[in-house]
Amino acid sequence: MGIIVKNLTHIYNEGLPYSHTALDDISFEIEPGEFIGIIGHTGSGKSTLLQHLNGLLKPNEGHIIVGDCDITAQGAVMKDIRRKVGFVFQYPEYQLFEETVKKDVSYGPLNLGMNEEEASLSAREAIELVGLDYDEIAQRSPFELSGGQKRRIAIAGVIAMEPEVLILDEPTAGLDPKSHNDILEIISTLHKSKGNITILVSHNMQDIADYCDKVIVMDKGKIAMYGTPGGVFSEREALEGMGLALPPVNELMRKLYECGVHVDKDILDIDEAEAAIYEILKGKKKI
Amino acid sequence: MIRDITLGQYFPCESGIHKLDPRTKIIATIVYIIAIFAVNTFIGIGFAALFLMITTIISRVPAKFIARGIKPIVIILVFTFILNIFMLKGGEELVSVGALTITSGGLKRAFLLAFRLILIIWCSSILTLTTKPITLTDGLESMLRPLQRIGVPAHDLAMMMTIALRFIPILIEETDKIMKAQMARGADFETGNILQRARRLVPILVPLFISALRIAQDLAMAMEARCYRGGDGRTKMHSMKFARRDFVACLAIMAFLVIIIMEAHIL
Repeated sequence: MGIIVKNLTHIYNEGLPYSHTALDDISFEIEPGEFIGIIGHTGSGKSTLLQHLNGLLKPNEGHIIVGDCDITAQGAVMKDIRRKVGFVFQYPEYQLFEETVKKDVSYGPLNLGMNEEEASLSAREAIELVGLDYDEIAQRSPFELSGGQKRRIAIAGVIAMEPEVLILDEPTAGLDPKSHNDILEIISTLHKSKGNITILVSHNMQDIADYCDKVIVMDKGKIAMYGTPGGVFSEREALEGMGLALPPVNELMRKLYECGVHVDKDILDIDEAEAAIYEILKGKKKI
Repeated sequence: MIRDITLGQYFPCESGIHKLDPRTKIIATIVYIIAIFAVNTFIGIGFAALFLMITTIISRVPAKFIARGIKPIVIILVFTFILNIFMLKGGEELVSVGALTITSGGLKRAFLLAFRLILIIWCSSILTLTTKPITLTDGLESMLRPLQRIGVPAHDLAMMMTIALRFIPILIEETDKIMKAQMARGADFETGNILQRARRLVPILVPLFISALRIAQDLAMAMEARCYRGGDGRTKMHSMKFARRDFVACLAIMAFLVIIIMEAHIL
């Protein structure tokens, strides 16, 4: 199942003195099973775009087709869209509300019309997927957990709905480095095992380089670039002009290259970078 | 839909009404509301409406915004209207079904009350649409200052109001965010009977309360970190001054009051 976005335009407060075009005639396609990264300066329209993808916002113009269903069409059934497209908001732990972790994670599945048994099964699977011990945590209040655990529970609440497209808006914002890596690993593992489309918004360029098949670069409500991380991150000047930067590993390789060290300046991956620098240091390769 | 509440939402534009001193506008609003209760005829209501209409035109706030402010009270309006039709008596009997009777006097007074309510909301909407909340509380604070001698904590009251007003858009945004998050989890707020709908609000209200408390705590901490210690010796960045347009506005509202009183007592 793929996603096709056609001529999407969204204007906030249309017709008012403070109207603002957040999305300006955007078109792109996502192939089934791809891991997509979206980057862009604050206010570039990322969040607005994401909210269109599961029908929370209606476009002023344009269409979004998920699988074979036009979710922008009149009379599109919201429940079907929500089942297809799961959305993890920024700071999702602020949406927790139930008395127990289990009830909170089951909230989404129950809303989709699963019965108690299916929902509780799905909740167990999701909680285990995010790396928590179901039997230990299920009956506890979500409010007594740590920040990282709350975040995981909130993500589990969306995963439990078994969406075919999973959207995550800065899922690691404000987390410590370990939880940060854990969450991204969970998302990546889930993506590999289920083969769903995963869309990740992040300000961390290294995460984008490490995990994504393709990158969408947003700028002023338009798509400035769309391609593989290698392709996008080779355009350093353009990215910096949009208030973005290169992943640290790539930045290092480029600096080395500019200093006259013969390394591949397009390396994004830390292990490859390590190997390349090791080669040079061992003197196998001439500088 | 949650953004439909205009009360406490400022409409930015440059107009004579916007530039008025907040104290002038507050006094004018109070005078207007008092005058409205002196009105007893449809001619008076019509004149009061005309006065507001002219004010609205000068303020350059689109009618759409005013209408949006009135929309939320439509239910209350209809409810009181229906109640009043049957409760208020006077004049000749028009219709009578069992214990319920409608009289011509009651009908007239019910209509008058409904129009009064609309005018009051309209008038206070103009005040909040043309005055920044911060300016509004500045005005209130300066008007309450004389009462400080008898122990009214003018500054603290004004600060509380400023914060409360400042929190309205924050809480609206927060509600919007939480609603969207729960909608993404399949929550449905549009169908079902009242009881079902009320129960479905729990997933919004619980996170909203927690957020409100968290934000309030953060704000208190931030204020203390910047050495806030009440109003003693505090000066203002923008001091308010009465200008010529304020005298013109005061004259206009006084003239309005005189005409309304004359209309009520002489005609």
